Parts: sequence; C-alpha cells; structure tokens
Amino acid sequence: MSGAKPSVVIVDDHELFRAGVRSELEGLAEVRAEAGTVEEGVVTTLREEPDVVLLDVHMPGGGAVEVIRQVARERPAQRFLALSVSDAAEDVIAVIRAGARGYVTKSISAEQLAEAIARVSEGDAVFSPRLAGFALDAFQGEIPESEIDPELDQLTMRERQVLRLIARGYLYKEIALELGISPKTVEAHVSSVLRKLQLSNRHELSRWAAERRLLD
Amino acid sequence: MRRGLLGGVLAGIADRLGLDPVVLRVLFVIATVATSGILLLFYVVAWAVLPASGEGGPALRPLASLRVRSDWRVAAGVGLLVLSVLLAFRQLGIWWSDTLVWPLALVAFGAALLWGRSRASEPPRQPAPRAWAAGEPAAAEAAVAEPAERRGAPFADLYRGVFGVLLVIGAGLLVLSSNQIFGGLRDAALTAVVVIVAVAMILAPFLWRLGRNLAAERAERVRSQERAEMAAHLHDSVLQTLTLMQKRADDPREVAALARRQERELREWLAGDGRASTERSFAAALRAVAEAVEDDHRVAVDVVVVGDREIDGGAEALLGAAREALLNAAKHAPEPGPIRVYAEVQAERTELFVRDRGPGFDPAGVPADRRGVRESIVGRMRRAGGRAEVRSTRGEGTEVSLEMPHRQAAPEGERP
Repeated sequence: MSGAKPSVVIVDDHELFRAGVRSELEGLAEVRAEAGTVEEGVVTTLREEPDVVLLDVHMPGGGAVEVIRQVARERPAQRFLALSVSDAAEDVIAVIRAGARGYVTKSISAEQLAEAIARVSEGDAVFSPRLAGFALDAFQGEIPESEIDPELDQLTMRERQVLRLIARGYLYKEIALELGISPKTVEAHVSSVLRKLQLSNRHELSRWAAERRLLD
Repeated sequence: MRRGLLGGVLAGIADRLGLDPVVLRVLFVIATVATSGILLLFYVVAWAVLPASGEGGPALRPLASLRVRSDWRVAAGVGLLVLSVLLAFRQLGIWWSDTLVWPLALVAFGAALLWGRSRASEPPRQPAPRAWAAGEPAAAEAAVAEPAERRGAPFADLYRGVFGVLLVIGAGLLVLSSNQIFGGLRDAALTAVVVIVAVAMILAPFLWRLGRNLAAERAERVRSQERAEMAAHLHDSVLQTLTLMQKRADDPREVAALARRQERELREWLAGDGRASTERSFAAALRAVAEAVEDDHRVAVDVVVVGDREIDGGAEALLGAAREALLNAAKHAPEPGPIRVYAEVQAERTELFVRDRGPGFDPAGVPADRRGVRESIVGRMRRAGGRAEVRSTRGEGTEVSLEMPHRQAAPEGERP
C-alpha cells in the first residue's frame, strides 16, 4: 500500500452512519465530503474526484447502482466500494455488476475498512467472505458446453481456492502464505473474479441483476 | 371552477387537451348531428363514468375538479338536448317516430337524475382527524362547510331519485300505450322488453356505484390489515428489544447480542418464509446451530454456505461437530469476533470450516481442557466416515476443518 492516505467521499442516507465512518477513518483516510442522497452523491463525487467513493447500497432514488451509473458517464475511472447492511445476493451482485470494485458489510472494523479502501484506491478488488460465497455459488454447477465462454463463465481452480479462503475469513497475506503465492498474485486472482462477476452472462448472475433492476 | 355548461365533460376534456371549451362544444354539436346523435350517448356515459371531484387518480383531477353542478339543471339539460336532437331528426324525416321521441326524452331526463343521485349518495371522504386536533383554521373551515352543504341532502336525494324512477317508468308506459296497434303476442314481448329496459335503467346506476364502493372498501381493508400486522410485529419484536437494550445498557456484550438477534429476526421476517426448513436443508440447519450458539454465548457468528443438501447421517455428524467447534470458539475466543463459519457442499463431499481470531494455542502442547475437543469433534467425524483437523497458531486464532464424504456408510471397524 502506498504511503499517502487515500481520499474518500461517503455517500449514505443515514447521517449517523456517515458520522460514524468519518470518525472511524480518522487518521486512516482523508474524508473529503459526505452526501446523503443519490443526486448529491453524484455531484459531490464529480466535484471532489476522490480516490474511492464509499457507497451505501440502499438509498432512495435508485441506490448505489444509480450513483455508479451516473458518475460513470462523466468519470468512467472512478472507483467505488459498496457498504451495506444487506446480505441479499441480488443487491450485492447488482452493485458489483454496476461497477463497484468491492463490497463489505457495515459491521466491518475500522482497520479492515481502511485496508479495503486502500486496496480499491489502487485498483484492486475487495471481497467480503459473503461476496466470495456468492461468487462461488454463482459459478457453481454445470452449464452447457456450447454456452460457456471460458474467459468469463468459469472460475479457474486457483480462483476457487482464493475465494474459498476469503469465505473462510482469511486475510490476503494469509491466503498468500497458504497457497504459496505472493499477495500481489492473490489480488490479481480476486480482480479477475470481479471482472467475471461483472461481465459473465451466467444465468444466476443475470437473473440476480435483472431482479434488482426490476425493484428499482 | 364552474366552467362547465352542462355536466362539465367537454370543459374538462378541453382543459385536459389544452383547447378552448367553446371550440370543442361547437365541434361536438356538429359531430353529434353527423353521427345521428350517437355522440350524445357518449356524453351521458362520460358524465356518469368520470369521477366526481376529489375522486380518482391524479390524471383525472383536471376533469374531476370541473364536475361541480346542479343535478336538476344537468338532468333537464340532458333531457332537452336529447329531445331537441330527436325532434330535429323527425323534422328531417329520419327514422324516428313520435312514439319514440317523447319516451326517449323522458328516459334521458330520468336516467340523468338517477345517475346524479347515486353519485351524490357516495360516502363522503373522511376529513383528516389530525387537522381537527391541531385546530388548523383552513381545515376546520372546510370540515364545517361540508356538512352545511350536505344538510338536507338525504331528502333531496330521495326526491330526485323517486322522480327519476317515475320518469323512466312513465316513459316505458308511454311506449307501451302508443304501440297498442300491435297484436297480442307481439304486445307481450314488447311489454317485457320495455319493462326490462326500464328496470335496467333504474337499477344500473345503483349497482354500478355499489360495485365501485365495495371494491374500494375491500382494498382499504386489506391495506389496514397489512398495517396492523406490521405494527404488531414491530411492537412484539423491535420495540421489546429496544427496551431490553436500554435496560442492559451497562453490559455491552449483552446489548450487542440483543441487537444481533433482533437483526436476524428482522431479516428473516423481511425475507418472508423463503428459508428452507431446518429438518431438510443442511444450510438452514447450520444457520440454526450458529444462531443457537450466538444466543447462548453472546458471540457473533457469521455463516456463509455455498450449495445445499438434504440432511442424512453424515450431515448430522457434521452439524454436531460444527456445533462443538463453535462452542469451543465461543468459550476460548469470543473476541475479536466474528467467528466465521464457511460450508461448501460439493459433488462428492461437504467441507466445513470454523475459524476464530482468538489467542490460539500451541498444537504441540494441547491443554487439558481441549482434550474434549479431540473426542467430540475429531472422534465424531471419524465415526461417521469423515475427517477433522484443528489448526491453531498462537496470536492468530484457530481453525477447525471438517470434511464429510456424501452417502457413505460409517466404516464399522473404526468404532471404538
């Protein structure tokens, strides 16, 4: 991780929660601004151009998905980290597929959140144990050979191993140690899984995403 | 507001389309003549069907707000209009005969009265009780004005209604009497038809309104039931828990445990009855085990399950061992939480991991109190045909790995 503290904008409709995150990140990241609505979030993000936008999944007016969609039009390189109390697969997958580079639950500790922010700011992906479980679930099961795009629709053995260790609660450095690879390689595997989650047309993924869009 | 000449239908439509009502009225008269009066029927229907002011969706508001009128004047107007058009046709020599013109005019008049009356007898919207309590002058004035306007309305309604019925019946009799020339059988058939038409004209508005009111009432009842259900649930669970948490505010672990249990319950409730029964589903049973440990030992347990299977002997042993591992973690490593459980149902076997971030221990020198673990976890798994492994590093926590092959009888030889 680089020495400079990453800059952050917090977008969440709960003021108490924003204040909590802000004080938790004191000294760990530079919180530039907060926003309480989707529109405010878009405007603030485009104005501040932070390294990472911390994004609540559920907000009135389309939630995180809508913020990502609108910001991406102006600033496609913007990096988002989704924060949520929801553990529903369709919510998580929809935000990831919209373009977020990671998903963590709101119960995460301050140090882990700071680490996740740092990782996303460097362009890597952040998976919570639950998101790793979802990914394994989504890519489990056979699909007809003819429909497989091996680049996108299947996980490699190594990727599965990495996901399993994340789901078991291992930290990246522990995963690297366990598998005998470098932490950078672990990050590369996770980023590759993220890309597959975002782009694969596997039935489960498209269904989850579609269901979420219907609800918006 | 009173821009409508008759029923306000044309004015309303003009308003909606952004046209001058006068233009629309001229066009309407021309079109009426051109279509031999059929458009008039449309006018009466539109007048009856379009909702009275305050009723209906926002799309109809502009129309609805124009529907202030006197029923008598409107009825007379409709009757006269029909009459004039019919007379015009007679003058032109088109198929109308005297025996039809007068009764039709009477029927139009009567029907207009009846439709207006049944609309007026709709239950009035309830004024917001909170406005009364707060004593807001504007709201109070409106609430006073309404009863004043409605005072004596029942009598006028009845009067109008009876008059309308009489008109329709009279029209029927007129048709009958002016058709005496017809023979016996035809006469009887015609009588029946006329009576049926007359009765239908009289009853239709009432049935129509009745049906609409019933549907609205039913929808309202369903809504209030849902509200009551949700209120009951929030009261039973969330409010109780919040009260408990305030009482136990001096015990952070207790408060966290209460909050966590409530969170779990609320999630389950929000998700509906989507979860599989704990008797059949391994994933659901594992979650139930974790929840029981959470509740009993005031710790946080996070469960991630990939895939699912039915519960057999092997799965039961796996659940038992998982429970022991969780209890052990709760006892020796409650902090820093959460304890993580990961289970994956694969094609040939199920794997399960319980990991804590507690102090850990040196596997070489197993303390005496961990002997029980060896038997309750490792022994149990081996007897059921599975495998268990405990890995611990000082300062980094402990992980129990369990593995159970599917559909494989426990090897007898290994029983102690």
